Amino acid sequence: MEGFMYPNEVELQWSVLIVLYPFLTGLVAGAFILASLERVFRVEAVKPTYRLALLTALAFLIVAPLPLQLHLGHPERSLEMYLTPHRASAMAMFGFVYLWYLMAVLILEIWLDYRRDIVLLAQSSTGLKRQLYRLMTLGSYNISPGALRVDDRVGWIITLIGIPSAFLLHGYVGFIFGSIKANPWWSTPLMPVVFLFSAMVSGIALVLLMYMITSVIRRTTIDMNCLDAIAKYLFYTFVIDFTLEMLDLIHRIYESDESFRSLDFMVHTRLFLSQIVLQIFLGTLAPLVLLALTQFVGFSAQGRKRIYALAATLTMIGIFAMRWNVVIGGQLFSKSFLGYTTYKMAFVTKEGLLPAIFLLILPFVILYVLIKLLPPWHAGNAATVQTDGID
Amino acid sequence: MILNRRQILLLLPAAAVAWDFVLAGTPEEAPNYKMTDHWWGMLLDITKCIGCGSCVRACAMENDVPDGYFRTWVERYHVEDWHIENPIVDSPNGGKDGFPPSGETGGKNFFVPKLCNHCTDSPCTQVCPVGATYHTPDGVVLVDYNYCLGCRYCIQACPYGCRFFHPDRHTAEKCTLCYHRITKGLTTACCEACPTGARQLADLKNPEDPIHAFLKTHSVQVLKPHLATGAKMFYNGLDGSVR
Repeated sequence: MEGFMYPNEVELQWSVLIVLYPFLTGLVAGAFILASLERVFRVEAVKPTYRLALLTALAFLIVAPLPLQLHLGHPERSLEMYLTPHRASAMAMFGFVYLWYLMAVLILEIWLDYRRDIVLLAQSSTGLKRQLYRLMTLGSYNISPGALRVDDRVGWIITLIGIPSAFLLHGYVGFIFGSIKANPWWSTPLMPVVFLFSAMVSGIALVLLMYMITSVIRRTTIDMNCLDAIAKYLFYTFVIDFTLEMLDLIHRIYESDESFRSLDFMVHTRLFLSQIVLQIFLGTLAPLVLLALTQFVGFSAQGRKRIYALAATLTMIGIFAMRWNVVIGGQLFSKSFLGYTTYKMAFVTKEGLLPAIFLLILPFVILYVLIKLLPPWHAGNAATVQTDGID
Repeated sequence: MILNRRQILLLLPAAAVAWDFVLAGTPEEAPNYKMTDHWWGMLLDITKCIGCGSCVRACAMENDVPDGYFRTWVERYHVEDWHIENPIVDSPNGGKDGFPPSGETGGKNFFVPKLCNHCTDSPCTQVCPVGATYHTPDGVVLVDYNYCLGCRYCIQACPYGCRFFHPDRHTAEKCTLCYHRITKGLTTACCEACPTGARQLADLKNPEDPIHAFLKTHSVQVLKPHLATGAKMFYNGLDGSVR
């Protein structure tokens, strides 16, 4: 502790688990928005990642509420958020936004897209697997062209609803922080927008990495058209994200209100590594320069792959650092603006590093299971129908 | 529908849980107290506070406040000449044990007692996802310990640092304005223990309350007025350096 903190402020309330929460939901929203590009805006180039992006979004969405659940003082009461939500609370809407997104958008869209595969798998597999697939058909075995056409149409509408829902999911997470007037580090109307664009950046980077990694594991050739297109989207969204973050920064520096000196000192001392080094230089400027280079310099396919992989990895680190700086940074200074505290991360406690690492690995395990169950490598219903020229 | 004995036995635990929910939030009984007749606040006279810490000790004893956490505390300010933007502030153990002699010379020194401001437009109740923290009709902000999830959003939302996370109860915790006392016609533990009358409980709805005469004749201020929380802790002699 340094300077003066209100006595109750010395202890940090939101730990590394709450850093994970916006990070994970950001990946969900980003991956989904990338998938929607193909579906709604008919960007054919990113089609090879469509199903992978959807499964990635689902795997991360399943894990997203777990850090919150672990963090609660009384996890057994968490259902109260559904039963007696307080309408004035931004947080109370979490459950509803989450359920809407999970059940009404993501699962439904995946089911419609995979329905033909599920029916075929239910017919061709045996034993327990057969039972599972039969269950997943929900009793609907009609895969006539007419039925698939309906699936495609409904799926398209759901994706259309899904895009604003994905915006809502993550913009809303930004609002949780941005609406706290007591905390000048958080309180800015730009917060939901910054969260949204950083979410898209991280989600696109994740899908790009997943596509490259799964292609290497499967020993298939990477579709460079697809990779270039994703990298281009990553670059554009990153430029918008960086512009917004810089706008916020310049605005704060120029206004220099009562909190500025305190926050400025914090950024130059306690947050120097995570904010200046990791978030801005390594996690934002470096990938932006790398991606910009690929737009202007004619690298070989192999060279581009390496640059994309590096840029996407740095992006993930940068966005994680950004979440860290928002959540942890927002608690390091006193609301009296006269002092600073430190965050001591525990290891093997309920809110320590170990559960955080576990929660970061878990989505990949779930994704592995999902990929095994619903292989995303073949074209879905939508593609079949489209190639038939019906739409 | 006729229920058999087995069905009734199955339904009983559910009914017990439901009844618990019905009872949650019911205030302690105080037969002669009418909530709508009162609107509680407090007057804190900085010119009278001597930093003895009696209020902090009384509060801790009365409300069983765990060590290292504070429902009320006292800050010592030292302001050099015109440097009101750079006060030197300390509050060792929340002022519970009083204050050691100040090493600062020159300038001015004074004490500022702090507690929940029982804001009319409180940011903490606004953000609670389940409404576990709420306003009573007599203007007190309370936490329902049987309902609080322990998400700590309210602690983040309080601009004054008045809330903390109870280490044993695992819920949000704060000053109740000694609700169990004031509804029985008593004053708060901190006001009772203050030897100089620097803290005075005030019923803003009671025209006979001496606070009204005081407010007419003194310049009073609330903490962080720019946040428009409707704070009801009125400070007399509040220096511009106080945060």
